[in-house]
Formats: sequence, C-alpha cells, structure tokens
Amino acid sequence: MSSQPLVEIRDVNFTYDTRAVLKGINMTFHKGKVIAIMGGSGCGKTTLFRLIGGALKPTKGEIKIDGQVMHELDQKGLYAMRRKMGVLFQFGALFTDMSVYDNVAFQMREHTDLPEEMIHDLVMMKLNAVGLRGTHALMPAELSGGMARRVALARTVALDPMLILYDEPFAGLDPISLTAVGSSIRSLNNALGATSVVVTHDVQESLKIVDYIYFIADGVIVAEGTPEEILASDKPFVHQFVHGEMDGPVPFQYPSRDYKLDLGVNT
Amino acid sequence: MGALMPLVRSVRNIGHHLVEAVWRLGYATRFFALILLNSGLSFRRFHLIIRELFFSGVMSLIIILVAGLFVGVVLGLQGYETLKSYGSESSLGQLVALSLVRELGPVLAALLFASRAGSAMTAEIGLMKATEQVAAMEMMAVNPIARVVAPRFWAGVISMPLLAAMFSVMGVFGGYLVGVVFIGVDEGSFWSQMQFSVDFQHDILNGVLKSFVFGVAITVIALFEGYDAPATAEGVSGATTRTVVQSSVVILLLDVVLTAIMFRGI
Repeated sequence: MSSQPLVEIRDVNFTYDTRAVLKGINMTFHKGKVIAIMGGSGCGKTTLFRLIGGALKPTKGEIKIDGQVMHELDQKGLYAMRRKMGVLFQFGALFTDMSVYDNVAFQMREHTDLPEEMIHDLVMMKLNAVGLRGTHALMPAELSGGMARRVALARTVALDPMLILYDEPFAGLDPISLTAVGSSIRSLNNALGATSVVVTHDVQESLKIVDYIYFIADGVIVAEGTPEEILASDKPFVHQFVHGEMDGPVPFQYPSRDYKLDLGVNT
Repeated sequence: MGALMPLVRSVRNIGHHLVEAVWRLGYATRFFALILLNSGLSFRRFHLIIRELFFSGVMSLIIILVAGLFVGVVLGLQGYETLKSYGSESSLGQLVALSLVRELGPVLAALLFASRAGSAMTAEIGLMKATEQVAAMEMMAVNPIARVVAPRFWAGVISMPLLAAMFSVMGVFGGYLVGVVFIGVDEGSFWSQMQFSVDFQHDILNGVLKSFVFGVAITVIALFEGYDAPATAEGVSGATTRTVVQSSVVILLLDVVLTAIMFRGI
C-alpha cells in the first residue's frame, strides 16, 4: 500500500459511559483502495464507522481525512468534508417519500446549481452504473432489498465522493444481489478513483473485492493484511472467523457460572 | 429506616420524573429555537412548505369541514332550545357565530389537527429516524432540521388558522341549516344579529391568534416527539400517542390562558 494515505486513524480510543469500545486503533487507508473492517457483532466496527464519518468524537486519538482532523471541525467544516464523502447505510436508508430518481438527484439538487437537464443525465448515468436505470420512476417500497441497496449505492456516489463508507453492504442479500453489490463497490471505486471502506462480517464476498483487511475484536486490531495473507493466516481468531467455526477464541458459550450450579445438580 | 424505604423510593421516583420532564422541556425549547434558526431554507425554497401544506393542511380538510358542520348543527339545535325559553330565538346567529369564532373553532380544529396531522408528523419523522433516513441526510451534509423539520413546522403554523377559520365557517353554515332552514328562525335576524355582534378585531382576530398559537404548540410537540423517538416500533408508537395526549392538554391549557387574557369580562 504505497500510494498516498487519505484516511489516517491514530491511537483512537472510544468509551461509551465507562465501557471501552475501541482501544488504541491505528489504521491507514490509501487512495484508490477498497478496505474492509471486519469483526464479530459488537466488536466496535460500527463505532469506528461512525467515528470516521464524524458522527462521534474519539475519547482519545484522532482521525485525519484528507489532512483534516475530523473532531476539530465545526459544523460547517464537517458538512464541507461530508460533501466529499459518500455513506451507504446498512439497509440503504432511501428516502421513502421520494422516487428512485429523486433519491439519486437529492444531493445534486441540495449542493449544486446544476440545471435539471444535466441532473437528469447524471442520475441516469449513476443508475445505469448499478444496472437500475429502468427503476427511476419507482418508489423505494416497490424495490427488492437488493435493488434498494443498489439504488442507495447510486445515491452514495451521486457527487463522485473521494471517500465512500459502506456499513454492512452485504447484510440480508440473496447471492445474486450480493455479487451485484460487491462488484458495483469495486467497479465504482475504480471508476471514481475513490477510497472505499467496507464495514462487514461477510468474509467470502469481501475477500473477492477488497485490497486490505483489518480484523477487530474487543476494540483492538487483532489481524490485518491482504486477502491472500488473511486466507493464509494461522492466527486462531482469523482462522475461526474466515472459516466460520462455531467455537474457538470467540467462545460459543456466553461467560456464565458453572453449568451444574444452574441445573441445581449437587456434586 | 426499613419502613420508610417505600416512601423514600416514591419521593425519589417523583424527583426523577420531574427532573426528566424539565430536561425534556429544555430539549424541546432548544429544538424550537433550532427550527426558527434553520427556517431560512424553507422560505428560500417555498415549495418545501407547499408540499407539507398539502399533507398537513389539505389532507385535514375533510375531517375539519365535516366536524365543523356537525358542531354547528348541534350548536344550532341546543342554542335554539335554550334561547326559545327566553323568547330570543332571533339571537341564534349571534350565539352560533361567537361560540365558534371565539372558542369552538380554534379549539376543536386544533384538537382534530393534533390527532390527524400532528400524529402523522410524529410517526413520519420517527420512522425516518428509525430507518436511518435522518442519519443519511446528516451524512450527505444536509441539515435535517432545515430540510425536514422546519418546512413541516411552518406548514402546520400556516394551515392551523386557515383550518380553524374553515371549521367556523362550516359551523355557521350548520347552525344556519338547522336554525333557519329546518326550524324556521327568521333568516334576516339570524344574519343581522351575527353581523351586529361579531367584532372583527375582538372576536375574529383573537380567534385567529388563538389558532396560530395552537398551531405552533402542536407542530413543535409533534416534531419534537418524532425527532426524539427511540428507533423502535414501540418508540414510534409511544411518541405518536404522546403527541396526541400532550397536544390536547396543551391546547386546552393555552385556551384557558388566552381566553383569560383576551376576554376578561369585556
């Protein structure tokens, strides 16, 4: 990963009340790359995602995007930064009172003075890139889950962002939609020359499209590397996660007192 | 000490609820201030308000008109029965018009508006939050208070006095229908008594002012409850219920205060 870094995460700690969610996270995302952040449920990856987007402030450390420290920005600066970012939420978060066309056109109308004819052409191009040009007149409720995710993807890249964040983009998709969304993430990143960060726990799909992977467990990075390195890794956690084993460093049983005590069996 | 524990717990609970209520009142006031501060966009792009006017105003028209007609009919019937015993049936127009313009129009229209449009606003914004649409807007560098909340607020504030006026007009028509057309009260005295006794500034403008204040109260409560609703099905349903209950209580309370200020024995 020799290209210029776009996102630098330095010694980031985050605490909810008294519970430490992230403990000393260090990451670097280079321009033009697709990076996956993986880990089990509740490991802190969504918190990290929200920290990168500027929705939360780190308790300690800093996140620098394009040379600017996110938590030092005021609302105006944060909004200026977010105009250069695109975020795909877990279930798309399409505006349900707007058509597919208006959803994709939303940011263009809010942030630019482009004439409506040009917006029309841009919307059609974005929808064509995700294979859904034919759905422009439909309402979000008329789309399947996979189609809604792809429309949301078209909306995410509406203003050609330099950084695209994906929160669980593969959750709840059928195999065909899964491949469609996965390949769209890769092809859009290449076409825009952007940097993409995919927060996910879908190992197989991610390994096909990403350049680099970080594994988080209990708020710390437990492994990192290219897909080849991850597949070849002999670290117990990575092995358990990649191969979907039920028991291992992440135990099947939630910590509890002695089973016999719970069953009332005297020994 | 052990015997006192339930009492201590109750006092602590009361204190806890009181503190929470004060916090919420503070949040709601701050929310109201944010709406006013972020209203510029709504007026620069007035079509945003027009769209919401359709949903909160035009879509509430049928229930307002029908309820206004029925209330006017009942007022006509009851008023005639009472006035007849004093031999002053000719004052029916005055009774119907003053009751509607000063009180029933603004108050009943506001109660209906809270149930019809207020609850819809809360549910819509609550669901937008639950489905991350509000968060998505934030991440697109679009201020949701300016883009989603403020247009709804102004639409509510504009439509409320108009709906109250239409309620009163339909009520007067209902009173005319039952009093003049069916019972046979003299049409000339019905209208002239009304014209003579209803003062534009004292009665009509005060009624409009009341409905404007109710409009502000209902929309702020509805929007705040929606924006503050927990992102769950129970959270949204609870917020919708709170909107209707709180709005109704606040409307009646404000009505007492406003009536005491506007009509103290004049």
